[in-house]
Amino acid sequence: MTSLILPAVLSGLTMGAIYALVALGLTLIYGVLHIINFAHGSLLMLALYAAYFLSFHGGLDPYLAIPILLPVFFCLGYVLQRWVIAPMSSGSEQNVLLVTLALSMIIDNLALYFWTSNTRSVDIPYAYNTVEFLGAYLPLGRVIAFLAALAAAPLLWLFMTRTRTGSAIRAVAIEKRGAEIVGIDVNHTYAVCFGIGAACVALAACLLLPTFYVTPQVGYTFVLVAFTTVVLGGMGSLPGALIAGLLLGVIESLCGLFLGESLGQIGIFTAFILILLFKPSGLLGRRAA
Amino acid sequence: MTYTLNRRGLLKASGAAALVSGLAMPSILRAQGQTVKIGVLEPLTGNLAYNGTQCAAGAKFAADAINAAGGIKSMGGAQIELVVVDAQSRPEIAASAVDTLAEAGVVAFTGASASALGLASSQAAAKYDLAQVFSIGTAETIVERGLPNVFRFTPGVNKCTSVALENLKQLNAAAGNPVKTAAIVHEDGPFGSNMAKIMAEQLPQQGIEVVETISHPTPHRDFNNIALRVKASGANMLIPSNYLNEYTLMARALRQQRAELMAIYSILGGAASNIKFVRENNDVAQYVMDCNHWYDPSKPESQALAASVAQAGLDLTYDVMVSYATIQVIADALERGASTDRKAIIQTLAASTFDGSIMPYGPTKFVNGDNVNSQPVNTQIRGEEIELVFPEQYATAEPVFPIPREG
Amino acid sequence: MKPQSMGQAVLIGLALIYLASLYFMSSPVWMGFTINALIVAVVALAWNITGGFGGMASFGHAAMYGTGAYASAILQVQYGINPWIAFGAGIVAGAAMGAFIGALAFRYGLKGSYFALVTLAFAEVLRICASSFAITGGGSGLQLRLEPGLSTLQFNDRSVVYTILLVIVALVMALTAWLKYSRFGAYLIAVRENEDAARALGIDTYRIKVKAMAISGAFAGLAGVLYLQVWLFIDSAVVYGSAISIEALIGPIIGGAGTVWGPLIGTLGLHLLGEGAKHLLHNAPGLNFVLYAVVLICALRFLPQGLMGLAARIGTFRKKEDDNA
Repeated sequence: MTSLILPAVLSGLTMGAIYALVALGLTLIYGVLHIINFAHGSLLMLALYAAYFLSFHGGLDPYLAIPILLPVFFCLGYVLQRWVIAPMSSGSEQNVLLVTLALSMIIDNLALYFWTSNTRSVDIPYAYNTVEFLGAYLPLGRVIAFLAALAAAPLLWLFMTRTRTGSAIRAVAIEKRGAEIVGIDVNHTYAVCFGIGAACVALAACLLLPTFYVTPQVGYTFVLVAFTTVVLGGMGSLPGALIAGLLLGVIESLCGLFLGESLGQIGIFTAFILILLFKPSGLLGRRAA
Repeated sequence: MTYTLNRRGLLKASGAAALVSGLAMPSILRAQGQTVKIGVLEPLTGNLAYNGTQCAAGAKFAADAINAAGGIKSMGGAQIELVVVDAQSRPEIAASAVDTLAEAGVVAFTGASASALGLASSQAAAKYDLAQVFSIGTAETIVERGLPNVFRFTPGVNKCTSVALENLKQLNAAAGNPVKTAAIVHEDGPFGSNMAKIMAEQLPQQGIEVVETISHPTPHRDFNNIALRVKASGANMLIPSNYLNEYTLMARALRQQRAELMAIYSILGGAASNIKFVRENNDVAQYVMDCNHWYDPSKPESQALAASVAQAGLDLTYDVMVSYATIQVIADALERGASTDRKAIIQTLAASTFDGSIMPYGPTKFVNGDNVNSQPVNTQIRGEEIELVFPEQYATAEPVFPIPREG
Repeated sequence: MKPQSMGQAVLIGLALIYLASLYFMSSPVWMGFTINALIVAVVALAWNITGGFGGMASFGHAAMYGTGAYASAILQVQYGINPWIAFGAGIVAGAAMGAFIGALAFRYGLKGSYFALVTLAFAEVLRICASSFAITGGGSGLQLRLEPGLSTLQFNDRSVVYTILLVIVALVMALTAWLKYSRFGAYLIAVRENEDAARALGIDTYRIKVKAMAISGAFAGLAGVLYLQVWLFIDSAVVYGSAISIEALIGPIIGGAGTVWGPLIGTLGLHLLGEGAKHLLHNAPGLNFVLYAVVLICALRFLPQGLMGLAARIGTFRKKEDDNA
């Protein structure tokens, strides 16, 4: 068993990178809009289908679909927030949660209706390629996702801190009224933020597809872990989401190895509860509740 | 109070329901005699949607085939009309769906892909004296409750495992017993856990040591650890029992971790009998063997079914086959009994000796609701095809065991 | 519990007429699905205590619902305990789980989305545990032996089951009304409106909130036991799954959170809507959920106080401040 610890840690890190990628968008949306977006998993599913169909019908490699899907999902997210979620929830936190829940029901069931419950996976020439690292074989797709997550989180962070739009988003996040007074269009900013969150999901989907599959229910597989990642990292913290995602990947992998795979996810949720109880602000969060 | 509704009562009931709900149900008002209704209760949404949808498709192909061949002849060529209801992958919904079936006037129904759903639906149906012919229902508790309306046409988990073990013994012996150790990877639901327990008890009796047993949840995202443990255990053979998605991820991880196995022998494996898995993961699928429900490919009806399935652009999975066969069983009972009375149908089903289904079974014989002449068969993935390799009388190819070394 | 406007009287009247009419029309379909709706209504009433009166929106009432169901099932199946005792034990177990989650969460001052998430996480942990250990039947779940009778609390006759459920729902609603107008209820509402102010007035807010979770847990545990006794089978996905947690909160929010009748009316309305959608879109599985979700979104937009809130504005009997029934 001990000889498996290093490969398990490495494997957990690469899986954790996917959790981090999915959580980046979620934590951004939470940090700014203060809403729990239950439709996040459904958006991931939608993006996975989009990447799948581009690959299946257009012969486009999932990695090459990134430049197409990122803007498409940004627009989708923008529209959803501006013209569906915001007007329909009348500003109440509880309602936002329910509206996103209803949205996820709509998206999932439409997907079931149009694309059926068939499991689909892309047939790519490098599906079985691995990278040898410290004596462990790591699937190529996972290594790429890991590196992409390492690059994406700081890039997004730079965008948030160094650009005008980023500053506007942060201003709205911290003090909505004040931002309004200095002339920031809050509704537009919220929608932009949601759009960026959706674009992050599209990125995660393109990086996930080569090593995974897609069904209308696939979103649920990741959404709870993504919540955990967001809370662990500190709601709204981008570097936090990255670190938390990687950490959770390792926790899950090691728990799986020692407690059995069935109980592996217990590690994730126990960590979740402990963090919520003892340090609800998360690893890198500034303030809680 | 029992709900044995006659036609008049049914009309009254549905009329009242329609008044309250404002929803008319015109199909119920249609004259009987020309059509006979059979229910199909499957999970069309939720986690089990794939299996349920495949089953519903299989039932439809069967009804179409029987109708095209002249319907139920003893009932004046009555056409079969399917009433399909969604069990939503939830037991209480499955039970309520039985009410819908009863009210729609079905004479019997098939279902329900998962044991939990089947347990709930058959119990609800018992109150209506409504027969349920199980398409898939592997849990033994289904036939252990003494409900007279329960008919399991296909083999349960105990029979599948014992046949699988017997077949494995013969295959291994014929090859000179190269397989000495095995690793079991199973999903932690009722289907996988039961199987693993029986295998762990039985395998040592045929000289195969179980060196590793790993359970995992469904869905499971990462199979690298499992592949590593299987590899580290040094097992000659892998015995998986899990569903399609997990099987696919596992097969990939095994290849990526360079696990060298003499055989992959699954029991009721979700993927090894699924042509989609063969198409999308052709490399890793080669020589995987599965002991599962499968039709007898030599029968003309089977070939016709395969053609219709291909024409409809669907996957030919065992769900389609068993569901097709259960409709055949019900149609045969209607043909012999020439009655739509529910109790009469239960009696004709119980006395069934039907041997014309597409399955490779002997004459049907229900003992306490369990068809004792059902049997699973061994399939093996070869190239682009799923071949039936065992038992010999139905085989379309010779089994290859163990997996030949790549040279 | 009394209606305070013409609109509310009509709404409550419609619900009562529907429930009573099931006795006169011999439709098993409507009775069958109303039985499911009534079980959900009990969880909805449970959620209403914490989420409606206390303003603590839980996203994991399945934790208490499932604990009640499992406690009763384990006692009956594994230890052969009398179903009546197991029934009571299920309620106690639900209350204990509620108090436990509440004590932990409130000890550390969790509220809002943090509280919602921690309840969700508890339900998930319990779901995974329940599918992993032998005493809970692992993935196979637990099944009660089918032996109808008063001593086993299993009833073959659907109208008996229905009547029992109606009586239980009425009892839970009466308890809710009593709680609402008790000192405890006043404290709880004070906590929802302004916790700091409540504390400044000398209310032990922590104790009030934990007590609310315990009562809510008892109701949810009761609902879990009812599910077990009606369907005789549970597994981890069925009773600890997120579906029931979601149903527990949608009903009260649509019906009117923090009202006595809201959870029942909302749950019945949504189930009728779901059933209607199924009939309308008969051959398109999944599309009924789409329609359901669209109506849900519209209800959130146009009925901010739920159905009871809307009804309260029609033909008010009394002054506006007191518009909750």
